[in-house]
Formats: sequence, C-alpha cells, structure tokens
Amino acid sequence: MIAIIDYNAGNLKSVANAFKEIGESVIVTDNRDEIENSDAIVVPGVGAFGACINSLREKDLIVVLEDQVLGSKKPYLGICLGMQFLARTSFEIGEHRGLGWINGEVRLIEPCKKEFRVPHIGWNNIEIVKESILFEGISEDSCFYFLHSYNFYCEYEDYISSICYHGEDITASVECENIFGVQFHPEKSQKNGLDILRNFVKII
Amino acid sequence: MLKKRLIAVLIIADGQVVQSVQFKHTNVIHWNPVIAVDFFNKWAIDEIVVLDVSRDLSSRNKFYDVVFELSEKCFCPLSVGGWIDDLDEASRFLDIGADKIIINTSAFRKIDLITDCVEKFGSQCVVVSIDVKYDLVCIDRGREVTKIHPVIWAKMVQDYGAGEIFLNDIEYDGNRKGYNLDLIKNVVNAVDIPVIAMGGVLTWWHLVDGINAGAAAVAAANIFHYTEHSTKKAKKFMIEYGIDVRK
Repeated sequence: MIAIIDYNAGNLKSVANAFKEIGESVIVTDNRDEIENSDAIVVPGVGAFGACINSLREKDLIVVLEDQVLGSKKPYLGICLGMQFLARTSFEIGEHRGLGWINGEVRLIEPCKKEFRVPHIGWNNIEIVKESILFEGISEDSCFYFLHSYNFYCEYEDYISSICYHGEDITASVECENIFGVQFHPEKSQKNGLDILRNFVKII
Repeated sequence: MLKKRLIAVLIIADGQVVQSVQFKHTNVIHWNPVIAVDFFNKWAIDEIVVLDVSRDLSSRNKFYDVVFELSEKCFCPLSVGGWIDDLDEASRFLDIGADKIIINTSAFRKIDLITDCVEKFGSQCVVVSIDVKYDLVCIDRGREVTKIHPVIWAKMVQDYGAGEIFLNDIEYDGNRKGYNLDLIKNVVNAVDIPVIAMGGVLTWWHLVDGINAGAAAVAAANIFHYTEHSTKKAKKFMIEYGIDVRK
C-alpha cells in the first residue's frame, strides 16, 4: 500500500489514478497510523511552496515523514513540489524552510533568453546523468511533462539523477538512498511516466 | 529542449462535447466525453483542455462528473475552465483531477482572483483565457465586449501572476481560416509567459502557422473530432515542417 500524502494541495487524484492504472493500491491520507502502515510514501504537488509546506507543518506531518523516511528508510517519491520540499530553503513568494533532506535551494528559473518562457510548461527531454532504478528501461532523451517556475539547485551534483534544459540546466530528478524526487509529472507523462512509477513500485 | 505542444480542447455544454462556431454551440459531437479522451490518449496528445460553455449553471453537476471521469482516463495534463469565479471552485476542480485551472470573466471582473489562485496553487497552475472580438477583450462567454486591448490585458494578467495565456479570437473561432496570427504575435511579444493559440484551425498548416507566430502551444477543438488518428497526423505534419513536437 502506497500512502499519498494529503496536505490540501492539488492533483492528488491524478497521482492516485496513475498508481491504480499500474495495479498498485493507494491510500490518500494525512493520518499518522495509515502513513506508518504504508510501504512507501508519495508526496505529489500542485501548489505554492509556502502554503503547502505550512499545511504539512500544521497537520504535524513533517515529524511523521522524518520518522518514516529518514528513520525507517521507507521509500519516498516527491513529485514536482514534493521534490522541491526536499530542499533546505525555497524562495517561492518569500522565503520558506523545506525538509532539508537534500542540500539545496529552490529558486525561480531565470532564463537567459526570452524564447525560454517561465513557467516551464510542457514536454521536455531529459538527460539521465546518474544510473537510477527509476530510469530502468527508459530510453535516453525520453520526454516528460514539466509544469513549474522554480528550479531545485542542488548543492551536491551527486544527488542529481537527471537534468533537462530550459535556458539553464533544470534539475529533473534527484536521488539519495531511499529518497527520490522528480520535477516532472510521471502521472501526466503517459507511458514513460507510468514506467517511472512502475520502477518506483519495484523498490518497495 | 522544450517541445511545442498540441492541445485538444473539449467544449462541453450540458455534459456533452459540442462544436463551437463563433462561440455558438449547436452540434453535439460526442455524447460521452470520456470516449474522446480515450482516443486522444492513444494518439499522443500533449494536453487536454475542457471548457464548460453552458449558458447557465443548471448542468454544472454534469460538468463536475465529466471532469471527474476524464481525469481517471487522462494520463496527460488536464486543464479545466468555464464558470470558475472563486478560489473554492478552482480548488474543487483540482481536487477532482484537474492539473490547471483556466479563468476568464471572473479574472477580468476581480483581478485579485489571479493573485489568490497563484498564492494558493502556484502560477504554473493558473491559466488566464483571453477572448478577443474586434481587437478588444471580450468576456462573459463572448457576450460583453470591453474597452481594453488584449495586449494590455495580457500584460496585466502576467503582472498579477498568471502562468499562461489561452488566446482565442471569437471571429476566428470555428471559422476555419486559421488563427488570428497578428493577435498571437502581438501578445507573444508583449509577455514572457507561454501563450496558447486557439480558434479557427481547419488544416494542419494552421497549427504550423500558430507556432511560427510565436505560440508555445496550439489548440483546436472541432478538427480533432472529425479525423481518425487526428492528433498523430497533425504532429507528423508539424514535424515535417520543422516544428519540434513530442513524437
């Protein structure tokens, strides 16, 4: 059972639908017991960083996540904002403290040329820079759907598993032991995306 | 590199997919919208837009059902618009499976709605739809022509945080002569956010023209329903003419 964390952000249902499509049972929850009883944790995200991290905090979910992911080493998949939460700080409308599990900062994409418009919306091909179980069977240059204005600038490049280009290098995915993050939306990236979710399920 | 997008638009009135000709909606194309989405999924569409163009809110529950059902089948991005006039309504669509919300008339009447949505959902989630008639912004489903020029309005919505603009010229809508290319060029040059072109596509050439005029994405409704494997064919054509789209 995969726990999809409910923190009042959008698109939880899309993520649940995608896992159901690949035959995985999910529960959308903010309940401590249910999260503790799950095999893996997924944090989706359509929302603004500040509002959403505050919502996690108000629901006392940060302690639960730290306990489960850092303590019990349960697999964690953060999608879009769920990946950006891993950073120490975000500068999306103000300055906000993140989970700080992977050192880095979330800052606005500031492309050099006008042709690279922000938000970065649409299908972009990724370059896999580190071997990862998430990308097993995914061909180099595959396209995924991106929908964001902010980039996760990792302090240590070792944690970056793929990048894409949009006027600057965008961190497309990060990985550190049992912690995975993807900036793109696997639940919205048709076949390639569902393959990523299948690979994540394999870890459980 | 970011690909140019091909977007299929489902115009929904009273829970059914209808044809749009200058914002008049008479022909029913699909009784069940989910069937249309099933096709588009298979044909590698990049994004789906669903708009409720019903004349009043009496069939609103049917529209919620449509969005709910579509999202179960739609493994590509789904944007939803029509009659969204406050934060609660926007939240509701995100809860039932939309990825982006599209606002139009209500953004014009109370521009703070854009900022409110951006603060809650992030600007990547907020699309402002701009309808144009006689070179002026037009609201209320094409019924009220304002005194504001679309370029000025486009800049304003960007300043208020909108993440994308969905641009439609009502005179061109369903008129099969292609997009209003001058309008696209002017808006694209005035803003830094992506612009989606909509309204008037009859041939695949029109899609190429729209991208060459500067649109980040080209959208169409009627044309995709009448051709088998339509979106695949459209993309093949676009690639032949040098447009970088996802295969």
